This record gives sequence, structure tokens and C-alpha cells, in this order.
Amino acid sequence: MKFPADCVYTREHEWVRVQDNVAVVGITEHAQKELGDVVFVELPKVGDTFDTNETFANVESVKAVSEVFSPVAGEVLEVNDALAASPQLVNDDCYGDGWFVKLKMSDARELKDLLNHEEYAEFVAEESAE
Amino acid sequence: MLREIGVESLEDLFAGIPAELRLKSPLNLPTALSEPELVEKFKSYAGKNSSDLLSFLGAGVNDHYIPTAIDALISRGEFLTSYTPYQAEIAQGTLQAVFEFQTLMCQLTGLDVSNASMYDGSTALAEAVLMAARISQRRRFLVAASVHPEYRAVMNTYARHQDLALTEIAPAECGSIDVVALDQRLGADVSAIVVQSPNFFGNLEPLADLAGLAHRHNALLVVAVAEALSFGIVNPPGPAGADIVCGEAQSLGIPASFGGPHVGFLTCRETFLRNLPGRLIGQTVDTEGNRGFVPTLSTREQHIRREKATSNICTNQSLFALMATIYCSLLGKKGIREVAIQNVAKTQYALSELQKISSLKLRFPGPRFNELVIELPVPYEAIAPKFQEAKIIPGLALKAYYPHLANCLLLSFTETKSKADIDRLVQLLGSVA
Repeated sequence: MKFPADCVYTREHEWVRVQDNVAVVGITEHAQKELGDVVFVELPKVGDTFDTNETFANVESVKAVSEVFSPVAGEVLEVNDALAASPQLVNDDCYGDGWFVKLKMSDARELKDLLNHEEYAEFVAEESAE
Repeated sequence: MLREIGVESLEDLFAGIPAELRLKSPLNLPTALSEPELVEKFKSYAGKNSSDLLSFLGAGVNDHYIPTAIDALISRGEFLTSYTPYQAEIAQGTLQAVFEFQTLMCQLTGLDVSNASMYDGSTALAEAVLMAARISQRRRFLVAASVHPEYRAVMNTYARHQDLALTEIAPAECGSIDVVALDQRLGADVSAIVVQSPNFFGNLEPLADLAGLAHRHNALLVVAVAEALSFGIVNPPGPAGADIVCGEAQSLGIPASFGGPHVGFLTCRETFLRNLPGRLIGQTVDTEGNRGFVPTLSTREQHIRREKATSNICTNQSLFALMATIYCSLLGKKGIREVAIQNVAKTQYALSELQKISSLKLRFPGPRFNELVIELPVPYEAIAPKFQEAKIIPGLALKAYYPHLANCLLLSFTETKSKADIDRLVQLLGSVA
């Protein structure tokens, strides 16, 4: 499984990539594989604000509906409208075209609390072993 | 059996119950009867019921003619004994019947999607309100006081522990909601305007105006319909702008049965599909390309989504939904319209006759379907014995529900009432009022 080095990760299987001080957020390859075929993504509205670990989106697959938690606190600057018509982008390209939202972070220092790609890979391996 | 579980006697088995709590004498019950004796006994009880009353009661449960084909068809074991299909795909007949019900409810309400049915009109409205709260993320509801009092009671029960606030808006003189008062109360905190149309007093609400008001404040319009037969002639709420339409389908071929069981329906715009509670049956094709039916979007439901489900309703009211489906199929578009027109015509005839009695006052003069409220010069209790004597139930006394309508009666005129029936009622009212 791929866990790109330019992202940081949560134990809830979201990734964050910071571009020009904006946090792009999506779900990891591990998460999309566990969910199976994604059929619908419910996204927040631009301007909505979220605290750290607050539910900001729901992903519906053929098996289940799962909540997606905000890795950092912030305000939604942009949502990935392409997911409305093509939810399978989450399966096809979870770190690229399958992104969920772009957040204006309230406190960029929160990123330090998240896992780097090696720590996350280790976490996934441990979780899978259990 | 006592030996198997390791006690000596029946007394030992109940040893854990303190002596002072135990019954020391035999239960005060009559002696056992043989089957023929028992049948006679119950016949004598049944004989105490009055079956020859002329009733103009409506108020949410309406007296309509029920085609005999309905009972014959639902009595088939495949329908009568089956429960909500958990091994769904082998129950194609049940699924198709529910799919047809959903289609009919969409056609009647003019909305895009319907669920597989709810318990009754009151729970359908309560669920509609919870649904509006999820969609809008707002907590306040402006509820017309002319929504059925029992629907409001159920809604209050649901809302109480969900942190939802219900604000009642009184009706205007004409009977429909006071739009000025409503407009003043609307704001960014309001999730939805909730009305019933025809409302509890029989009057139609100005749905297009209400939808405009609601949408201007990014709120929703929730419409309950307790008298589903009104769909035969009244413009459907969907095209008028309603976002969620719910209600009671008892009028469509289901007996009054002392107030239930009946069947509720819940329909909405497609954009709100994922917030719709309950089961949903979809049409698909199997691996050989044949038409088939499946429960769909189950991920909203409790058995999959647990506490995050849209509702804890994990079933539907299939047999009664089937009755409504058969009723609509038998009558068809023209038939439903014809029955609805008969209701309007008989109500208008009754109204014109009642207005000839100078001591009676029509309470809410706005447009109506098949119910109306009249104000008597005296409380109904004062003249009730005369009606009992004449074996007529003239309607529902509103005092218990609306103290300020102390002398008012709610009357219903359906296709089951003949001109002679109406004349009998009017004559008696004229002589006692």
C-alpha cells in the first residue's frame, strides 16, 4: 500500500497534505480498501468550520457508511465537487483526484500531532495484525 | 419438570418472592367455559356495540368505501403472513408491492422519492421533522396549530429528547395558518414550516406561498396529509414547493379499526434521499437482464449504520401499504378523482344546508376538502343525548383539543354518506341547535 511521504496521517485513516498553508484532506488507501466501492460522499459546505476530530464528511460504500474526521481544526475553503458525480475517484486516486476538502487551518501546529508516512504505515500494520 | 430444574415443589420455585407479596387466595376469575359457551359470551359482548350509528366523524380517520377485492387479495398467505423481507431477494412479490406503493405515493404527492411506508401519519410526521433537522442542521420548527393534535403530541414526544424546539402558529380566521404571524417568526434558526393540508379543521393551506416563505429563509416546507384521498382533486404539495410530504394513507382502502393499525407515507425531493428514514425498495435487473427488486440504500438504516442511522425504524407497514396500493390500482387516476369529487360535492351540499340554520356558524370559511367546523350556540354535551337517541354521531367535539373552540364540532362528509343521511343530520341539528 502507498502512503506518500508528502502527507501526514491520522489514526482514523485520513491524510493531510499542506500546500501554500492550506490543508488538503482525504482518506488513505488503507481506508478506501477497507470500505470497498465508494458510491457516495457527503461533503460539508464552503465556509463550514470544524474542530479537530469533528465529523466533516460521510463516505458511503456498498458495505457501510463511515464518518470522516477533521485531522485539524479549520474552515472549509473548497470541496471536491467532482466526487458528487464520480465517487469512485476515492477508490481510483485517493491521494489525488479523490481528495475531500481544502481547509484553512486554525493552528498549523496541530500537524505536529499527526503521524508521518512511516509511523502511519507501522500503525496500519499493527492494526491489521490485531 | 420441577425435578429437571432441581426444586421439590411449585412452592419452592416461588420461594424467592416474599410471603407478603404472594397471592394467598385463588385469582378472582370466572370458572372455565366450554367453547360454545365462550362463543355465546363474546357474542353477547359484541351485541353491546352499536352498528347502526350514522357517523360524521373524521378527524384523521375517515369513513370511505373499501372495495372487497382488497381483503381477498391481501388474504393470500404470501402477503398476509410475511414479515419485512430480511432474505430480501427471494421475496420478489413483497418487494414489488412495496415498490409500487412507493411509486404511487410519489405520483400522489408529486415528489421524487418515497420510502417503503411508516407506521402511521403521526410517526411519519415526527420522522419528517427529524429529517428536516438533519438536512437543515437547525433546531426550531414552526408548526401550525391546525396540524392534527395527536400528530403534534407524537411530534413533541420525538422532539423532546432531540433538542428540537416546536413553536405553534395559530390559524387565521379563515382556518389556514396565520401567514403574517408565521412570517414574523421566521428566521435563520428555523428548520422548517410544518403544516397539515387539508388541516385538522378541513381547510387547505396556501402551500405555494408557504414554500416561498420557507425557502426565502433557507428553511424547508414539511406538509402532512391526513386525508390522502384529497390528492384526487387538490393540487399535489410537491409541485407547490413542499420539500417533504408525509401523512396517513388510511383513506386508501384501510378500515378505521378504532384508530389503527393504518399506514404512513413519507416522500421527499431526491436531493434529500440520503436523509430519508426507513426502508427503500429499488428496481434493478438480475444477471440475466430480468427486472427485479431489491432493498436499496440500506447503509442509511439501523441494521447497518447502527446509532448513526437516519432512524430506528427498520421495518415498514407492508400489509397496509399493500392495501393502499391495491386501492389505488383498482380505482386508477380517474376513480380516485371521482371519489374525491364526490367528497367535495357532499361536503358542499352539507355546508349549504347547514348554513340555512341561523343558530349555526361556519367557523373557518376558507377552502376545504371534506371536513368543516361548525359552532353550536351551546356546548355539544348539552345536546348530545338527542343525537344518541337518534343514533347519529354528528362529529368530533373540539373542546378537548382546542379549549377556545368549546362549542365547535368537526364534521366529515365522505362518499359513504347519502343525501338522505346528510338531510337527517341537518334536520336534527336544526331542531336542537
